[in-house]
Amino acid sequence: MTNLFGKLGAAALYQFDQIGRMGVFLVLVVVNIFKPPYKLAPILKQIYIIGSKSLFVIVFTGAFTGMVLALQGYHTLSKVGVEGILGSFVSLGIIRELGPVLAALMVTGRAGSAICAEIGIMRISEQIDALECMAIDPHKFVIAPKFVAGIISMPLLTAIYDVVGIFCGYLVGVKMLGGNEGSFWSSMYSNVGMEDIQMGLLKPLCFGLLIIWISSAKGFYVHMTKGGGFGAEGVSNVTTSAVVLSSVSILVFNYLVTSFLL
Amino acid sequence: MSAVIELIDVRKSYGSQEVLKGVNLSIDEGKTTVIVGGSGQGKSQIIKHSLGLISPDSGQVKVFGQDINNISKKDLRKIRMEFGVLFQNSALFDSMTVYDNVALPLRERTKFPESKIKGIVEERLELMDVVGSNDKYPAQISGGMKKRVGLARALVLDPKIIFFDEPTTGLDVAKSNEIYRAFFRTQAQLKYTAVIVSHDVPKIFKLADYVALLYNGVMQSCITPEEFQLSDDPAVKEFVEKTMGSLYSSEVEEII
Ligand SMILES: Nc1ncnc2c1ncn2[C@@H]1O[C@H](COP(=O)(O)OP(=O)(O)OP(=O)(O)O)[C@@H](O)[C@H]1O
Ligand SMILES: [Mg+2]
Repeated sequence: MTNLFGKLGAAALYQFDQIGRMGVFLVLVVVNIFKPPYKLAPILKQIYIIGSKSLFVIVFTGAFTGMVLALQGYHTLSKVGVEGILGSFVSLGIIRELGPVLAALMVTGRAGSAICAEIGIMRISEQIDALECMAIDPHKFVIAPKFVAGIISMPLLTAIYDVVGIFCGYLVGVKMLGGNEGSFWSSMYSNVGMEDIQMGLLKPLCFGLLIIWISSAKGFYVHMTKGGGFGAEGVSNVTTSAVVLSSVSILVFNYLVTSFLL
Repeated sequence: MSAVIELIDVRKSYGSQEVLKGVNLSIDEGKTTVIVGGSGQGKSQIIKHSLGLISPDSGQVKVFGQDINNISKKDLRKIRMEFGVLFQNSALFDSMTVYDNVALPLRERTKFPESKIKGIVEERLELMDVVGSNDKYPAQISGGMKKRVGLARALVLDPKIIFFDEPTTGLDVAKSNEIYRAFFRTQAQLKYTAVIVSHDVPKIFKLADYVALLYNGVMQSCITPEEFQLSDDPAVKEFVEKTMGSLYSSEVEEII
């Protein structure tokens, strides 16, 4: 019995330890983002890796989300005879919820996992230690550019996702299913307000931070992760857990933000 | 002569394995101290403790008189500015080219223009006899080359203290002799303090001012190479006999 309590206590302590570590990590990175010297080249490189390289998958998922939303929406709305508001149905759904969440999930899968694995490998092959011994702060040199790039890229990717999604929704709803073109756009103009756009940009900003934070912290502390295995196996386990944790946090965080701002 | 690095009763265990059992060691300024000892005795652990990468279970590690486990990150960084480190596995940045690896400390720590950096990097790579591989990645060069690139990187900022973990392991004899000569030259010039872990006994003794033997989790001695080879200390004696004695025990074996 005491053994059970002991184990529970140890597990709880380990969790707190991990949360604390990630918190400190975040603070250190944010401090380092604002510390000079500011170098543009590493940030641009990371924007290319996190942002540009995610473009295809973002356009692709955006297109299919818009299409299926229009298809499903048209059939549901026409049952009650209000297919005229299809435009606002599609655009609100995408701008407020689906765009930010799905774009973030795609970026987690593409860039979050890559960041976690990259940093994890740097850790286990002592490259992070080597940086520290050169008096180069890895938080500044390795992590900070990724954070800035994530925070810049995510809203832009989401905006692209939204535009492509709405346009493909229009193609399916109007051009394919024969809905009214004028009412599609006018219902969108009259129903999408500034606060929807704000929410649609605030969310990806937070998600961008969340994804890069979780992925890089998990990789950075791969050597301290309990029961995660060593070497390549350790990195693979920690990458999996980074993707899972990022995805879950995105969904939970999305719900929280929506419920606060609705 | 004052000690720049002091390990005072440093202990470290991993699980039930006690690796360091109260290590005492002081490294004198401007001298070369060579740490020898069998594989797995904890030599790399001593280097990592001195760098502040691992903190001891008990005991102190002092660098420039400061206990590096009890100072701010900023002070530790200041101390590390004086370090040049070669890890046992070289620890090159594997997504950067050889050139960028060596240039990195200069780019991050100095304000030199790129043209000056280029000059320094190429000079250092040449000193280590790595030419024509500037655009290759660490995965594309040989193990011995990695070592030499690691050495070039460690020396590029003219550090005050160098830590080399097995600098010549994996190099051919000619190359390792060349590296030793380069050490000798640069140390005469720059007067740095050196801590070198090496298995290259007795050759490394030529370079050493002091030899320290790590055996059974404690430092058995830290004495000059001449004293080391003549020592009566049983552990040292055994080490000297095993590493420097004749390779073959009988004439018959020798003929074969
Ligand atoms: N993170 C760790 N966890 C558990 N044991 C460790 C760890 N790091 C080192 N050890 C143990 O510490 C001992 C000393 O290791 P160290 O790498 O310092 O040896 P070494 O003297 O440098 O050997 P070599 O000459 O082969 O490089 C080894 O027995 C090793 O198993
Ligand atoms: Mg070693």
